Amino acid sequence: MSIEEKVVEIIMEQLDVTKEECVLEASFIDDLGADSLDIVELIMALEENFGIEISDEELRKIRTIQDSINFIKKKKGLLT
Amino acid sequence: MKRRVVITGLGTVNPLGNNVSDFWGALCAGRSGIGPITRFDASNFQTRIAGELKNFDPLQFVNKKELRRYDNFIIYALASAEMALADARLTIGNGNAERTGVIIGSGIGGITTIEKLKEAMQQPGPVKLSPFAVPSALANLAAGHVSIRFGAKGPISCTVTACAAGTNALGDASRTVALGYADIMIAGGTEAAISPLTVAGFSAMRALSVRNDAPEKASRPFDKDRDGFVIGEGCGILILEELSHALKRGARIYAELAGFGLTSDAFHMAAPPPGHEGAARSMRLALQDAGVAPEEIGYINAHGTSTPLNDLYETQAIKAVFGAHSRNLLVSSTKSMTGHLLGGAGGLEAIVCVKAIHEGVVPPTINLDHPDAECDLDYVPHQSRKRDVRAALSNTFGFGGVNAVLLFKKFAG
Repeated sequence: MSIEEKVVEIIMEQLDVTKEECVLEASFIDDLGADSLDIVELIMALEENFGIEISDEELRKIRTIQDSINFIKKKKGLLT
Repeated sequence: MKRRVVITGLGTVNPLGNNVSDFWGALCAGRSGIGPITRFDASNFQTRIAGELKNFDPLQFVNKKELRRYDNFIIYALASAEMALADARLTIGNGNAERTGVIIGSGIGGITTIEKLKEAMQQPGPVKLSPFAVPSALANLAAGHVSIRFGAKGPISCTVTACAAGTNALGDASRTVALGYADIMIAGGTEAAISPLTVAGFSAMRALSVRNDAPEKASRPFDKDRDGFVIGEGCGILILEELSHALKRGARIYAELAGFGLTSDAFHMAAPPPGHEGAARSMRLALQDAGVAPEEIGYINAHGTSTPLNDLYETQAIKAVFGAHSRNLLVSSTKSMTGHLLGGAGGLEAIVCVKAIHEGVVPPTINLDHPDAECDLDYVPHQSRKRDVRAALSNTFGFGGVNAVLLFKKFAG
């Protein structure tokens, strides 16, 4: 499973949304109905799944699904 | 001038049924909802039996996200409140939202969640906790989520008075309506505390039955072989409505909530005093509050926990209040079938009183095979009985010396 697929799977589970809703440019808050606590929990799930750490500072910059995917890739050294 | 308060909707999930109709059927048939504990591995516990919900599908009432984040005591309250509002054919909206409130009691709140979170925190590595940890467990979040879900913007509260919590909630809610602070109250009690800590804790107090080999026989109020209560879970929610409000919209009125009595023992954190004078005073206060004579009471839903002390002292208190009439009235403990729902008990047993009045049937006390010589009232052993009940009391007593009693009466215009 690609990173993209895995991220979408986690988002679907955490935010109880459909695959169709999970377009890459979807904003967690505006499009997927998440609140700030939802995002904290989602990030925790991503951290655990990908074995990475995301600081509160970094967390604030993650707005969309694409942001989160880019971030994970960067942390994993897959993106510069 | 006190306004009159009537009951127009009922909702419950409990060990005997996941709606009022299934529950009432099982209760009047004298069925037991007690079985082996499945919620956790209880094999090393002194007590391994409980009254758990059966075949309850939470996803009928919450989505997957909510299911993960809400402790069961919240989900049981959401389910019961949804059914109670539907039963009352009541929608909360622009016209009535600010005049609709919620008071839902709970003895222990999200104890199961707290235990699981603590366990998770003890894993090696940096401490990481879900941001939903605190709100998933706070006792008042049952009322909180019910108000959010249904848009009730009036008074909100949560009573945490141990095994009397549901009754305290209904008593407070009835006064809220009677004094004019709201027209509609969604009220009752909820509990989901079949957890390792709770079971071990009550066991340490020697409060729980250890009749593990015969779960259905374990809760036996007023029987000489009773050996403690059986922990149960679930919720009972009632819709309380100001009389003219209910009449105006042509609501079905089940019964009137006419009186509330509340006293303290000022005696011991857990045990009632001999004769249970505080319980007697609560029953008298409920009668006074309702302006009902003792002789008018046809049924008492007893606290009747199946512990040696409670059942004896409660019997003595009933005799002290009702004198010769204590021989005529029917007293039953439905905990013989549901187990003890702790903070949920007052909500559930209020529903039992309301249904007994409305249906003209009094549910039994099961397992009363050898009545205690000192427990000599008519406890409606084994089988339900037809009886035109004009007024009924719901007794609940909680740790800390809380004695809370509600009086329901037949609605007669």
